[in-house]
Amino acid sequence: MPTHFPSEPQLREAELDKPLYAPIKRRSFFMYAGATAGATALVLAGCSKSDSSPGTIDVGSGDAGILNYAYALEQLEAAFYAQIKTGGYYMGLAPGSAEKQIFDDLALHEAIHRDFLKAALQANSITPLKDLTPNFSSINFGNRDQVLSAAQTFEDTGVAAYNGAGRFLSNNANLALAGKIVSVEARHAALIRDLRSYNSFVANDVVNTFTPTNTAVTANYLGEGTPNSTPNTQGNGNPGPGQERSKRPPQILQAVNNFLADGSKLSANSFM
Amino acid sequence: MDFFQLLSDVEKADPEFLDRINPRRRVFKYLGDAGQKITAAAVPAVLASFFNRAYGQSTLTAPVQAVLTLALQLEYLEYHFYNTALSINGLVPSQEVAAITTIRNDEAGHINALRGVLGSSAPSYLFTDFDYSGGSGSGNGPMKNALIPGADGNVNGALFFAAGQAFSDTGQRAYKGGAPVLNTTATKDILEAALNIHSVEARHNSHFRTVRRAIAANSLGSAGAPAVAPYNTAPKSWISQIDNGGPIAPDGSKPASKVYGPGNPPTGAPDASYPGEDNVSQAGVDLTTKLSTAYTPAAVSEAFDEPLDGPTVKTIATMFTSAAGKAKGLFV
Repeated sequence: MPTHFPSEPQLREAELDKPLYAPIKRRSFFMYAGATAGATALVLAGCSKSDSSPGTIDVGSGDAGILNYAYALEQLEAAFYAQIKTGGYYMGLAPGSAEKQIFDDLALHEAIHRDFLKAALQANSITPLKDLTPNFSSINFGNRDQVLSAAQTFEDTGVAAYNGAGRFLSNNANLALAGKIVSVEARHAALIRDLRSYNSFVANDVVNTFTPTNTAVTANYLGEGTPNSTPNTQGNGNPGPGQERSKRPPQILQAVNNFLADGSKLSANSFM
Repeated sequence: MDFFQLLSDVEKADPEFLDRINPRRRVFKYLGDAGQKITAAAVPAVLASFFNRAYGQSTLTAPVQAVLTLALQLEYLEYHFYNTALSINGLVPSQEVAAITTIRNDEAGHINALRGVLGSSAPSYLFTDFDYSGGSGSGNGPMKNALIPGADGNVNGALFFAAGQAFSDTGQRAYKGGAPVLNTTATKDILEAALNIHSVEARHNSHFRTVRRAIAANSLGSAGAPAVAPYNTAPKSWISQIDNGGPIAPDGSKPASKVYGPGNPPTGAPDASYPGEDNVSQAGVDLTTKLSTAYTPAAVSEAFDEPLDGPTVKTIATMFTSAAGKAKGLFV
């Protein structure tokens, strides 16, 4: 079967970095960081918070690490929508209603993303992350507001995560695949937000909103105006104007770990 | 290396340096924000980012410049369409004025960001550089009623929202196609900015589709109307196969059909091929047969948006260029 998934030399190197399944002990963690990412990463990783949070599974490094990171996020989303479909809120939806259509589609889309990423990882001899055990105990699946609120969190987080991870991909085939997925997550996020609060498909919590001036119809508009947050390039949620508030993997995983059981919590120490 | 000495030396050689990297001289605030992260090893990267901000426009490679210039032109296409629509009494239904304002403001921000990277020599375009009828400058194309309140096909702005759907889908496909060009070591920040614009275009598109469902169900102001197959008029918030060719114009044509079709070449590696939106094969694997029988062609096509190549994007966008725009090289 032909595949266009990673086969470049830098990925062969990445393939050697199997995800760590065992809880990370301090000493082996340093060996790992030092061996894979060089002295600079060692210094950075040594300063990171997750160093002092034992028991996390690291997603790995290089393109393989980002693909497994994406696989982890899709596992969580797919599990969430699968559980929605067994809960009281979904079961009470009328056949043919918009919300039933929407959650049927979302469950399919996320399951397809999950299964595709696993197959792609395997096709390229990258060991997929283990099956993660979610922890949705904070969500009442019988309650519409709680289900929609959690769905918004997962979708918005997914968009910020893919956008913040793209820069770590060396292989453009992988970047292209991530791009095909992230815009669908953004479509989901926008619709869930509109269902919860109409016209909130874009808002300042997820996009650095911008207030333009010089907007007369006849004006030669040159970008005049002011962004809500002062932009920087650190990937900490303060992007340029009108842009999604992308976030780096460690920041994303801090939030995501709240929905993962002990033994399934994740770190991404190679992607600061 | 003494970082502050270096900055000072650079300023002696180029007195405008600090103004150039940040007109409001927030550079030291920026340094303060970054301070915690600056280690000896990181200083070169921080410096590189300053130099990119200061002189980036002169060092962009031709392919990067081409991708960003096309993106800027598409942003102008959208900006002037929404900005002008807001000025026309009775065009945008009251329930949607806030949304169109949000979208207009986002496009303005994208213009700001792209001009910031491309530099002050980047082209700019006026409302009159576009032909929103889709008539390639004739003013008589199939979308000619999109900015006329209540005209044939445009009750409740139906044609206006159809055009918005087509424009933002063209945008998201164009950014997707351009992203690999931006993935170089020197342009990672630009890549991330483009990705962050790309997802915002997708959010806009999702909303346009939600509005079109509401118009079809006569329930403006609500996201609660179901999609109705075959999705020309009441589409899902995601692209299902090719949405049966997309919106139908008053003359019966489907002016956006190319927006959902394949680019060139249609098959090949993910970063060098541009299949139609009905594609069910990713990374060489047919996902309708290899994963689960529950994964129908519709569901698989919906789960992935597809990139478009620059020349195909221009072919689509040229329909919306006036003679004045053509004279300025818009979408050429």
